[in-house]
Amino acid sequence: MKIYVTFNLNITRNAILKEQLDRLGFDYTIENTQEISFKNKLTTEQESVLAESLSIYGITIIDNQKTELVQRIKDTINEMLADDEANLYKISSYLADKLNYSYAYLSNIFSESTYTSIENFVILKKVDQAKELIANTDLTLTEIAYRLNYSSVAHLSGQFKKTTGLTPSTFQKIIKKRKEFNI
Amino acid sequence: MSLKILNILLADDDEDDRWLFQKALSDLKIKTNLSLFKNGKELMEHLIRTETTPHLIFLDLNMPLKNGMECLTEIRSSCNLKAIPVAIYSTSSSEKDIENTFVNGANIYINKPSNFADLKNAIDKVLQLNWQYHTSNLNKDNFLFRI
Repeated sequence: MKIYVTFNLNITRNAILKEQLDRLGFDYTIENTQEISFKNKLTTEQESVLAESLSIYGITIIDNQKTELVQRIKDTINEMLADDEANLYKISSYLADKLNYSYAYLSNIFSESTYTSIENFVILKKVDQAKELIANTDLTLTEIAYRLNYSSVAHLSGQFKKTTGLTPSTFQKIIKKRKEFNI
Repeated sequence: MSLKILNILLADDDEDDRWLFQKALSDLKIKTNLSLFKNGKELMEHLIRTETTPHLIFLDLNMPLKNGMECLTEIRSSCNLKAIPVAIYSTSSSEKDIENTFVNGANIYINKPSNFADLKNAIDKVLQLNWQYHTSNLNKDNFLFRI
């Protein structure tokens, strides 16, 4: 049999935070989706224990404004890639508009803290989506190219090969074998 | 910048290759902490003992006592170690070897470059990719690259 589930992300997020913060015995208030206040200043030790316990849920402590901005850039890129209409814009003007900073500034901050450029990150992200679709759906490469707004299947294959060093079909073959071996 | 230092392990039986790797790594912008091992047996003994989980392991394939493939299989079947990204670092360019390492859970396959500049570029690319997989919302199941 199969069951289907759906999440209320706010409740999930608060439940996880509450569980972990209570477990570690902090006196705290959850201010909003991105902010938690503590009654007492955390020691470096406490902060790293907390970071560790939250990291298994994919929650990261953002420790300064630059890191926060980088996170917002990544979130905006994800939004843009998920939105068909937004895909018509150039990534540079889209980010500058949404985040109210010049693209040059955003691009600098991004490379400084992620060791890669915004352009490379977008490609990596798109290839990651393509990998996801190749591995988990029966869509053909042509359908995947269309879905991810590539101008042609050749463009997708080319970018895939250049980024991963593998052709989409080799990638697919490896994932299939991995599933057989249950890795 | 508040970037942490990446803990990296390399197992390679060739002394010159270990030295070149270390030299290349120290030239890069990304801050790293490298531990070297002469063979797979030394590496696995370290992994079982240590309390700090490495961010990335580089494995040569042909090594005495325990080879790279045996290490990879042990790492992927251990609850504590299986999430660690593994890069295979080998002179073999046989398609069969490459596919085999991926099927057995390797994340990256690097053909040992023949000159120092290429080596530096290759390691830099691996560290960048690994960094993105650590810090961004990318699917780790599909973390597969050949360099």
